[in-house]
Amino acid sequence: MPLIHTPNIADPDGFYEELISAQRDLSDEQAELMNAKLILVLANQVGDRATLTEALALARPKS
Amino acid sequence: MLKTYTYPKFPYRQSEEQKTGRPTPHAAVVVGAGPIGLTMALDLAARGLSVVVLDDNDTVSIGSRAVCYAKRPLEIWNRLGVAAPMVERGISWKVGKVFFRNDLAYSFDLLPEPHHQMPAMINLQQYYLEEALVGAAMRHDLVELRWKHKLLSLTQDEQGAQLTVETPDGIFRMQTDWVIACDGANSDTRRLLGAEFTGQFFQDRFLIADVVMQADFPTERWFWFDPPFHPNQSVLLHKQADNVWRIDFQLGWDADPEEEKKPERVIPRIQAMLGEKAKFELEWVSVYQFACRRMKDFRVGRVLFAGDAAHQVSPFGARGANTGVQDVDNLAWKLALVHADRAPVALLDSYHEERAFAADDNLLNSTRSTDFITPKSKGSRRFRDAVLELAKTETFARPLVNSGRLSTPTPYLDSSLNTPDAAPFKGRMSPGTPCADAPVLQSGAPAWLLPQLGEGFTLLCFGEQGITSVAAGDVQARVLRVGTEIIDAQGVLTERYDGQPGTCYLIRPDQHVAARWRRFDRALVESALRRCLALH
Repeated sequence: MPLIHTPNIADPDGFYEELISAQRDLSDEQAELMNAKLILVLANQVGDRATLTEALALARPKS
Repeated sequence: MLKTYTYPKFPYRQSEEQKTGRPTPHAAVVVGAGPIGLTMALDLAARGLSVVVLDDNDTVSIGSRAVCYAKRPLEIWNRLGVAAPMVERGISWKVGKVFFRNDLAYSFDLLPEPHHQMPAMINLQQYYLEEALVGAAMRHDLVELRWKHKLLSLTQDEQGAQLTVETPDGIFRMQTDWVIACDGANSDTRRLLGAEFTGQFFQDRFLIADVVMQADFPTERWFWFDPPFHPNQSVLLHKQADNVWRIDFQLGWDADPEEEKKPERVIPRIQAMLGEKAKFELEWVSVYQFACRRMKDFRVGRVLFAGDAAHQVSPFGARGANTGVQDVDNLAWKLALVHADRAPVALLDSYHEERAFAADDNLLNSTRSTDFITPKSKGSRRFRDAVLELAKTETFARPLVNSGRLSTPTPYLDSSLNTPDAAPFKGRMSPGTPCADAPVLQSGAPAWLLPQLGEGFTLLCFGEQGITSVAAGDVQARVLRVGTEIIDAQGVLTERYDGQPGTCYLIRPDQHVAARWRRFDRALVESALRRCLALH
């Protein structure tokens, strides 16, 4: 399962709003923990190890 | 300042009724001679009502203010015969670029669909737009423009409204059946009625500078997030007519609006952006903050609110004036029919129903844009920056970038005036949707669909059929046959309306679909027409 690079989120504006609203009134620390959990939840959904490796490389700062 | 435009001064005249002290009963009084009030007057006059427009000033909009006008408002102005000079003078654009820090994040093309008479979007200074509207209003026998007339108080009963108005000659009273308040976000009319106006205020300030320059920038919309010349904030650059460029700097909540307006503060900001050597002159500068809010009810008895007086949005997406013109489109035919006793007053309640629905859609979109442009927490700023970084290489991230979602009409999909489909249709022309334009032939000559629809109800029929006009009460729907009165030579009309032979569309006076069928049935069409007139 190759990493999807093209738009694949239904209702992108609605999703983004929900993502930001989900963190309303959280402290920075709580928000960071929530993000970490969210990554793990979504990684589990993806499952495929090669895809996850590709995603990690894409997100990591290029130095 | 102001190197390209000389403000006209419209003559104040004392009215006969003020001179004699004997009020003349009026059908409709429009408060406010901005783009919405003037369009309202023209649309009511086009439908046979005589209209008086009151404005407390005597010139057009000071400074350019609204800039972008979208296809649907242009179609409405075209119906009223005033679009041509706007389109001719306006700047058409379709490419937008989004920058993040030093780099281009991505660029987009509005990719306007071909086969429409009006362009997807034009940029034009508000004063040019108003000048065209004032000219048309002055030429119209049914419109009377009264400059330097300020509304002081308003009372109303079952029969009408009584206005107290102040002019340079003192105070006098006016009597009218209807009042349409188009007096902007700080509406005096709304304040006089004590009507609720609630929503969200944004703690941010923006500097607008209209700058005259000969520049090599292409005619594109450029938006910067966190650029090196204005760190941590956003900047927008957009072209208008006469080499006037709109530059919009986000300043943050702590900025002092009076200080920031001073040329010695503004010029260095622009130099930082354009380079030390850039030659430009300031035309107009203003600092604003904004809110996203609306009235609870757009109708208060005999007073109807339209435009910013009824709802206010952030400027991202050009949704202010554009949605206000669509308020007018929705209200004018209803008010004209109710005033002529050809439809019940209940029809006016559908104005609030449909336009508050559209206002909520605009508020949602403009609030989302604002939240992206001005993140409210460290966490949301991080997401925003992540989206912008990813957008450089990842196309998936681009739909998440939000520098303003440009105004498109909100279809009234659940309106009580619609008759739902009984058969399946392809395409976008569901009941409640504004009619898409299409090229046609009329008497062998190229023409467009929308101008063929006329001022009243239309029954658009595909294929040869012996259909005659349909009526409900004394309102008629005129039949327009595709294949005889108009020819669909290119097939675009048939495709956009899924116009298989036998198909009929009932179209409202504001060019919205009310109902459609696969075959003509007089009883069903009459029932849909009654429903669309609130004649239950």
